[in-house]
Amino acid sequence: MQDLKRLTRRHFFEQAAGFSLGSAALATLTQGEAFAKGFQYPPKAKSIIYLFMAGAPSQLDMFDYKPVLMKYDGQPVPEDVIKGERFAFIKGVPKLLASPHSFRKFGQSGTELSSLLPHLSTIVDDVAFVKSMHTTQFNHAPAQIFLNTGHQIPGRPAMGAWLSYGIGSENKDLPGFVVLLSGENAPDGGKSCWGSGFLPSTYQGVEFRRSGDPVLFLSNPSGVSGESRRRSLDLLKDLNTSEMASVRDPEIESRISAYELAYKMQSSVPGLADLTQESHQTHEMYGTTPGKNSFANNCLLARRMVERGVRMIQLYHRGWDVHGASADGDIVNKLTELCRETDRAAVALIKDLKQRGLLDSTLVVWGGEFGRTPMNEARSGSKFLGRDHHAKAFTMWMAGGGIKPGVTVGKTDDIGYTIAEDPVGVHDLQATILRLMGIEHTKLTYRFQGRDFRLTDVEGQVVDKLIA
Amino acid sequence: MKTRRVFVSLPLVAVLVLSASVIVDAQPADEALGLLKKSCAGCHSGASPAAHLRLDSAEHIAAGAPMGPVIVPGDSAASKLIIRVSSPDKATRMPPMGNGLAPEQIALLRTWVDHGAPGLPKSDTVAKVQKLWSYIKPAEVTPPTVKGPVRNAIDQFILAKLESQGLTFQPEAPKEILIRRLSLDLIGLPPSPKEVSDFVADSRPDAYDRLVNRLLTSPHYGERWARPWLDLARYADTNGYEKDLQRTMWKYRDWVIDALNRDMPYDEFTIEQLAGDLLPNPTIEQKIATGFNRNTMLNEEGGVDKDEAHFEVLVDRVNTTSEVWLGSTLGCSQCHNHKYDPFTQRDYYSMMAFFSHTMKTSKDYGDTSMKWIEPQLDLATPAQEDKRKVLRAKIDDLEAKLKTSTPALESEQGEWEQRTLNAKKDWRPIGDLKAHALHGADLTVSADGSIEASGQNPREETYVIEGKLEGVESLRGIRIEALPAKSLPRGGPGRDVYGDFTVSEIRAEMMSDGKWTPIEWSRELSDDGRVGGKQLWTVDATRDDVRIPRQMVLVAKTPIAVTGPVRITIRQDSEFTGQSIGRFRLSASSVDDPSTIVKVRARFWPILAAPATDRTADQKKDLSAYFRTIAPSLASARDALRGAESDLDRLGIVTAQIMEETPGEGVPCDNIRARGAFASKADKVCADVPEFIMPFPADLPRNRLGLAKWLVSPDNPLTARVAINRIWAQFFGRGIVETAEDFGTQGERPTHPELLDWLAVEFMHRGWSMKAMDRLIVTSNAYRQSSIAPQEVLNADPYNKLISRGARFRLEAELIRDFTLTTSGLMNPKIGGPSVFPYQPDGVWDVPYSNEKWTESKGGDRYRRGLYTFARRSAMYPALINFDATSREVCTVRRIRTNTPLQALTALNDPAFFEAAQAMAKRVEAEGGTSTKDRIDYAFRIVTSRAPTPSELDRMQSWFDKEDSYFKSHSDEAMKIVGASSSGDAASAASWTMLSNVLLNLDEAVTRH
Repeated sequence: MQDLKRLTRRHFFEQAAGFSLGSAALATLTQGEAFAKGFQYPPKAKSIIYLFMAGAPSQLDMFDYKPVLMKYDGQPVPEDVIKGERFAFIKGVPKLLASPHSFRKFGQSGTELSSLLPHLSTIVDDVAFVKSMHTTQFNHAPAQIFLNTGHQIPGRPAMGAWLSYGIGSENKDLPGFVVLLSGENAPDGGKSCWGSGFLPSTYQGVEFRRSGDPVLFLSNPSGVSGESRRRSLDLLKDLNTSEMASVRDPEIESRISAYELAYKMQSSVPGLADLTQESHQTHEMYGTTPGKNSFANNCLLARRMVERGVRMIQLYHRGWDVHGASADGDIVNKLTELCRETDRAAVALIKDLKQRGLLDSTLVVWGGEFGRTPMNEARSGSKFLGRDHHAKAFTMWMAGGGIKPGVTVGKTDDIGYTIAEDPVGVHDLQATILRLMGIEHTKLTYRFQGRDFRLTDVEGQVVDKLIA
Repeated sequence: MKTRRVFVSLPLVAVLVLSASVIVDAQPADEALGLLKKSCAGCHSGASPAAHLRLDSAEHIAAGAPMGPVIVPGDSAASKLIIRVSSPDKATRMPPMGNGLAPEQIALLRTWVDHGAPGLPKSDTVAKVQKLWSYIKPAEVTPPTVKGPVRNAIDQFILAKLESQGLTFQPEAPKEILIRRLSLDLIGLPPSPKEVSDFVADSRPDAYDRLVNRLLTSPHYGERWARPWLDLARYADTNGYEKDLQRTMWKYRDWVIDALNRDMPYDEFTIEQLAGDLLPNPTIEQKIATGFNRNTMLNEEGGVDKDEAHFEVLVDRVNTTSEVWLGSTLGCSQCHNHKYDPFTQRDYYSMMAFFSHTMKTSKDYGDTSMKWIEPQLDLATPAQEDKRKVLRAKIDDLEAKLKTSTPALESEQGEWEQRTLNAKKDWRPIGDLKAHALHGADLTVSADGSIEASGQNPREETYVIEGKLEGVESLRGIRIEALPAKSLPRGGPGRDVYGDFTVSEIRAEMMSDGKWTPIEWSRELSDDGRVGGKQLWTVDATRDDVRIPRQMVLVAKTPIAVTGPVRITIRQDSEFTGQSIGRFRLSASSVDDPSTIVKVRARFWPILAAPATDRTADQKKDLSAYFRTIAPSLASARDALRGAESDLDRLGIVTAQIMEETPGEGVPCDNIRARGAFASKADKVCADVPEFIMPFPADLPRNRLGLAKWLVSPDNPLTARVAINRIWAQFFGRGIVETAEDFGTQGERPTHPELLDWLAVEFMHRGWSMKAMDRLIVTSNAYRQSSIAPQEVLNADPYNKLISRGARFRLEAELIRDFTLTTSGLMNPKIGGPSVFPYQPDGVWDVPYSNEKWTESKGGDRYRRGLYTFARRSAMYPALINFDATSREVCTVRRIRTNTPLQALTALNDPAFFEAAQAMAKRVEAEGGTSTKDRIDYAFRIVTSRAPTPSELDRMQSWFDKEDSYFKSHSDEAMKIVGASSSGDAASAASWTMLSNVLLNLDEAVTRH
């Protein structure tokens, strides 16, 4: 029997039955289809909490202070700046727009932030800012999918799926890649943002839901007690085992263990999701209310998952799309509200991880899918202040997990339109994140349709300046 | 073209070098070769060199690329290598990273080549390699002679290989297993216990063939075989991407089912889907078939460039067509020549050109964006057509009526205007005002009775105003007029940067007997802005060029006798920045209905205030259009119009998405895009195919019809092999070429190459009949083997690649649903029609800029086969996706099977699955005899098609008895498990439900073996 197990490719699936899939990448799906990977570097981070600000935050009103914009507020942008450019919504020659929010310097690093981020301003020396992010996509769905999968068209595996595939999870009883949603909607890119693409579906992000069961179908049907379920699973196991004895297909053993793991999840997941176990002080720090769907609750949940060894937790908070096309989507009111919804909890998360000694091994990433224009969009003559999508420059920040604290990488030009120093592309960001996780991005590949695919496609340079 | 033919027909794979005797005679040669090794061999070396070009040794450099030599000794200008390293264009320059080679390095190489490239062996001593097997037309093969039992040629090929390893077939599977296997394979549904027992009892020699015939002619055959085809066609019911709006696509799905049921030959099946519209006098069905390539996603996000979005549609069409028919990963050549297979970028865009001239029209999406929209077929029935005509005429009439001006309407409007203007006189300003703010703003009272705020503008601010009611004895209402002012941002009336304001609460009190007594309001009404929700009154003046006053009226619950001054408190608590009212005036009224003043929108006051003779034509039009939306005399016409419009919507006329060619444009052409980027247009290319597969015949038209005919030409080496391989994989769990999507150099080699060729040729000989091939396969001994084999066989053939036993694999997602519905008796066998919405947990659909809701189907549509479940790309049905269904974004040739705890949770707990267990329990109680033992036996048979072994039966029996006694003492649990609909013995019903739940989760249940 052991011989067969060793030989049979389906043995892979027996391991894949759990969420602990480290060894899965070592096995092959078909000869030559999957490549053995694992770590190429000592990992600096064990887990990632990725705070995805879907809709694209306005870097010029939060991070990237541009006094020149104050001077030329309301002036038409010089035509040569936008010559040949395509915008999502702007038509004609738009006017420059100064931020209505005030900026100040904080911390020993002297990092400039706007008044919208009172909490972040208290930890700037723990955080690395990248002001020179750029992307190729200027529409939400393709840009989000690009940031997550390295390609703008849906259908490739997301970063978390690659990580689960490559290095597995630290916890056999929980998915290696969990997704938590808050804000207006699911992100524009939909479930493609955390799909497994051509990787086996085991690696897809598991969405913890906003209400009801945290994981779909986790609860027993009405009337079925835990005791009843155990008896059922015992019968199921016995019948499957007797089948195994006559058929000797390792797939059956794999199915038996999948059911046992499902049973374990039925108790481990609700425990994980139960925020009432947290102290008053913690709730105070995050601004959490157990039972509510909020970004704050998700931040706290993310910390609990990191404690339990989940590899990647991705939070989506959607709503940052401040075009200024209406009163509830501008940089004056809506942006203020979004910052209030997220600033405190994101910072509480960093502080909490730090006080628990988890920040060193947890990489926290904050950012959207692109940036916003230095010009007022004024769609159809809208008088609300807002900015259009901008792929050429945006800001992200990271903390913990091997990141050099207190640094700012990159610079934009005087109006924040283009990058002046140290451009960091999406594939560079991905390469850097993988490096911090101990993976050489060119080595994490999967053969599909005759080609070795990777998260960073055919590009990606690790940003050394970000690494401690 | 000529040179290209030479290039593409050159061989690939590995380069064999015959001559190793190389004379290296000069230092420049060393330097040049060293430079190439250092700068180029990083990518151009090893077993899979970039572009199949190795530059790591003199022999390989001389051998060149499959496209031809890269160095022409003595002629640097003709040497591709020199052209590429010296290219000024970054897109084509080598090496691609950094700034390329230094000028002196390029000069060195150029000089070296111009001097005859010393150090390279003569290229004619370098051997050419063979063409890859799959690009050579399959030959007729004579099946080998074998010892073992043969029913048809398939067995000869399979046995030949088995016997060479000292193996042979396993015995035939038991009849009950065979019928289960055949049913699941051919129609995707398990046999009923009666079908099983009938077949087992059927001792006629042709019983098996009769069964095969019955299943092949079942109308459910088309449903089962549409399943994998819909993965290839990336069929879905929505457009994909952000909004992921719904589309009506099911007519295409039904076309596939029907075509498969009719056994439409694969060549026709191909031609109709790729080019049905180009056939002579195409039928409606042939047009619907072209929906195949309308299954592409459509990005409707606001800021998307319509041409870029359409380019992505074309990319998908090229990639899908090449994967489905050629088993080729042409997609790799979108950006560069294929790294491993001989496809060039030119091939890619030549193929794209076939799709470049299809019909499309530009549609304005209103949010300043335009999109390309492709044709839609309107499939109104004659009855619907008649109704539509009637409704449209009715709508036209009513619209005309609402627009028509009559003397009666004019005078009605005149009276309304007068009445509205008169309402102003009902209001008396509140006098003797004292006003202050609680949180820092300064309030100043002016002579005209208005109050203006200045100074600080905090987020939370409360105004307190006291004043006297003059000329009002009985208070019925208080009015706040928010007024513009030059001093306010953008002219006000509010204080935020836009001049907007938000009021959270307004309280009023009256002095009575020396005490402030609260006044209660029954209604709060405004002429403009939002009333209610999180805030009491929000005014958005941002869009106004000219700022105008806005009004709110508070209507008292009962008339209040005026006993003293009033105090009004306006609380403003904005969620954002300071948003208080900037300037306002208070007045009071004693009329019975104080609401008249706010019954006209604020923007009409300036028009109403002007005498009719002073109004501009636009103002007159504006006002009269507005009046028509409120005029009482037109109420019935307005209702009738709304009714007719909704009747028109509800006609439910079916549409189909189709392809059509733009007429009269000749051979379609397109541009190569450098690095695959939509905007980087390079050389123009016209519709053509990769010639190394098979040149495009001169007698075929250079359009989609020609392309389709080229694909199904008997000389095309790939199409038949690729198709029969996929069919094979459905029966054996894996293809003869396991990588069914890639027949190129990077794909797997066939396990049985001669069998594959024989099947491909046979497929064409049998007129491309898919059912004929199905029959051939399922009647072979190879197929009929038992899936149970001795340990030695498992050891010798662990993956069953040799087909040393029957195949055994888990059912696909949709078939698990079908299986569960069938065994429970819930299945609604209806074929075709619009996609359905079975039970789905709340919250799965949550998509930006879309209000579409999953509205659960009623009645039988809740129990339809899995392939009819509505497929929304951004949020697929969880119970399907958990079992490895795909999200249909792109063509999927092969689903990878996984085995996860999420699957276990789904099959155990999904209410749709548990409902099936409840229903199965009832079925078992009704049909399974009277004794517990008989019923257990029956339940087990429903699920597995076989009788339980004695030990299995014992185990279930003792389990059941314990369960029954447990539920007897836990009747509350039992009642819940049984659900509302049951009567009788709840403990027993609950036990049967739980047993059914277990059985439906058995490995053997969800496995086809």
